[in-house]
Amino acid sequence: MTLAIRLNGVVKAYNRGNHKVEVLRDLSLDIEQGEFVSIMGPSGSGKTTLLNLIAGLDTPTSGELEVAGKRIDKLPRGELPAWRARNIGFVFQFYNLLPVLTAARNVEVPLLLTRLTTAQRRERVATALQLVGLADHAEHKPNELSGGQQQRVSIARALVADPSVFVCDEPTGDLDRDSAEVILQLLQMLNRDQGKTIVMVTHDPLAADHATRIVHVDKGRSVDGVARAA
Amino acid sequence: MKYLMLIWAGLGRKKTRTILTMLSIIVAFLLFGLLQGINQGMNNVFASLNVDRLYIQSRISMSDGLPISYLQRIKSVPGVRAVTHWSYFGGFYQDVQNSLPVFAIDAATQFAVYPKIKITPDQIEAMQHTRTGAIIGNEIAAKYGWKIGDKIPLRTSIWTKKDGNDTYPVDVVGIMDASAYNAGSFPAFYVNYDYLDEARAFGNGSVLYFIASIDDPRRGEGIAAAIDALFANSGSETMTQTEQVFAQSQIKQVGDINLIANSIVGAAMFTLLFLTGSTMMQSVRERIPELAVLKTLGFSDSKVLTLILLEAVALCVVAALTGLGLARMAFGFMGTVFGALSPPMVVIEAGVGIAFLLAVVSGLPPAWASTRINVVDALARR
Repeated sequence: MTLAIRLNGVVKAYNRGNHKVEVLRDLSLDIEQGEFVSIMGPSGSGKTTLLNLIAGLDTPTSGELEVAGKRIDKLPRGELPAWRARNIGFVFQFYNLLPVLTAARNVEVPLLLTRLTTAQRRERVATALQLVGLADHAEHKPNELSGGQQQRVSIARALVADPSVFVCDEPTGDLDRDSAEVILQLLQMLNRDQGKTIVMVTHDPLAADHATRIVHVDKGRSVDGVARAA
Repeated sequence: MKYLMLIWAGLGRKKTRTILTMLSIIVAFLLFGLLQGINQGMNNVFASLNVDRLYIQSRISMSDGLPISYLQRIKSVPGVRAVTHWSYFGGFYQDVQNSLPVFAIDAATQFAVYPKIKITPDQIEAMQHTRTGAIIGNEIAAKYGWKIGDKIPLRTSIWTKKDGNDTYPVDVVGIMDASAYNAGSFPAFYVNYDYLDEARAFGNGSVLYFIASIDDPRRGEGIAAAIDALFANSGSETMTQTEQVFAQSQIKQVGDINLIANSIVGAAMFTLLFLTGSTMMQSVRERIPELAVLKTLGFSDSKVLTLILLEAVALCVVAALTGLGLARMAFGFMGTVFGALSPPMVVIEAGVGIAFLLAVVSGLPPAWASTRINVVDALARR
C-alpha cells in the first residue's frame, strides 16, 4: 500500500514565555492511503497539534512530514495554502460555515480557488450536496439548518474540491447521538466508496469505533495503534 | 467577479452597520458634489466671461464711485475701443421686496460694449431720445407683464431726489434679450444716467464703474495698467480688472467659495477616513474565525488582503457614486436657483477617485491585520 501520511521523528515545540513547551515529541506515524484513522487521547496530549501539522496549518519544529506525496515540512509557508486547497478537506467541530452565505455558496467557497467556470462550480456543488443528502437545502443559510445539517454542509464543502485527505477535528463533538451517527456514516462512506484517507480527532470512543484504526496519543507521543475491521 | 459573493458576505454580515456607514459616505459625497459642483460651475462661468472687457472702479472701494469726467480720458488710452459706465440704482417696484436689477447707463455706448444684447436699433434710439426711457430684459417684462409704452413708477432705496421723493417714473421704450451674458447677475433693467444724475440729491457727476472694451485681449493687462497710471495720485485712483477677475472679486466679497468648499469637504473626508477605517477594522476583528477558515481552505494571505480591500472599495465607491448621483439630481431640482451650475464630469471623476483612495487608506490597516491572523490560534478561538 502507498502511504498517504508519514511522520518521522516529528517534534513540535512552542515558546511559552521564557520556556519551550514540546507538544509533540519524536512522533512517528504512518497512515496508508484509504485508511480511516481516529486519533484519541486526553486533553493536551497533542491530538489537535498533530492534526494541524498533517493539514499543513502548522509546521513541525523538526522531523519529517510527508502528506499526499509531498514533504510539507520542506514546503515554503507561502505555498502551503495552495497545497491545502488541492489536497486537504477540513471538517471542524463547530462547522465554521460563513453565516451570510447559503449552503450552496458555502460549499462553493473552495472552488473559487480553482479555474472552474461558474457552471462547472455549480454542478460540483449540486453533486456534493446531493452526496450529503442536502440537495433540497441548497438555498438555506446556516442559521436555518440544524447542527447535523450544518456539519453535512461542512462535509460537502470539504469534499467538493476532491481532496485525497480529510482532516476532521471532533466532527461530532457538537452533535447529538443520532446526528453524530449520520456524520460518521457519511465519513465511512467517503472512506469506503471514494477511497478518501480520513484522519479524525475525537474524544468519543463510539465515534472512534467507526475508524479502521485508532491511534492513541499521550504526552506528545503515539502510544499504540489499534487496527480495526473496516 | 467570482469573489463578489465573499465581498458581499463581508458587507452583509452586519447590515445595519454597513447601511449606516454607507449613509455617512453618501451624505459626505453629496456635500462634495454640491460644493464642488458650485465651485467648478462658477469657475466655468468665469472662464466663459469675456477677457476683452475691462472693469474700472475706485481703488478704495467700488461703492466710492468714480467721476464721470474720467470717461473721455479712459477712451483716449490706446487699445480702448469703447467705454460705457454703470451706476447701481437700487431700484424696486412698489415694495422693497420687489427689487429690480436696475442700472443707470449711457444708451449710446452700452450696446457697443455689450454687442451680444439682442435689441432693435430703433429701441436704442428711443432710449437716447427719451430722458425717462427704460430698456428692460424680456424675463422681467414677462414677470411683471410690462410692454413698450408702459409707465413704471420705479422707486430707489439709494438715490433720493432733490425734492425728497424716491420715485423715478420711467417709460418702457425697449425690451432686450441679454441671455448671451448669462452670468447670473447681469443687469436687466436700464434707465438713463442723465435722468438719474440730474434728479438725485447727492453723488452727482459720479458713476459706479466704467466698462471698456479693448481691441486685443492679450494686451489687457497693459491697457489696465495704462488706465490706472492715468489716474495715479489723483483724488479718485482707479483699479482696472478684466471681467473675469472682476466677477471673481465680486464673488469673493461673499466668501472664497473655493476655500469654503475645500475646507468643508476636507473635514468631511478626514472624518470619513476614521469612520470607514474603524468600521472595517471592527468588521475584520469580528470575522477573525471566518477569515481563518478561508485561510484554512486555501486562501493565501494576499487573497484575504485583497478581499478586505475590495470590500472597502465596494463600500466607499458604491456609496460615493450614490452621493454624487444625488448631488447631480439636486442640481437638476435647483436649476433655477443655481442657473447653469451643476457638477461637471471632472467632479464626478474626482469624487470616485477620492472614494477609491479613501477605501484603500481606510481598508489597508484592517486588510494588513488580516494577514497577521494565526490560523491555528483563530480556529482554537484563542
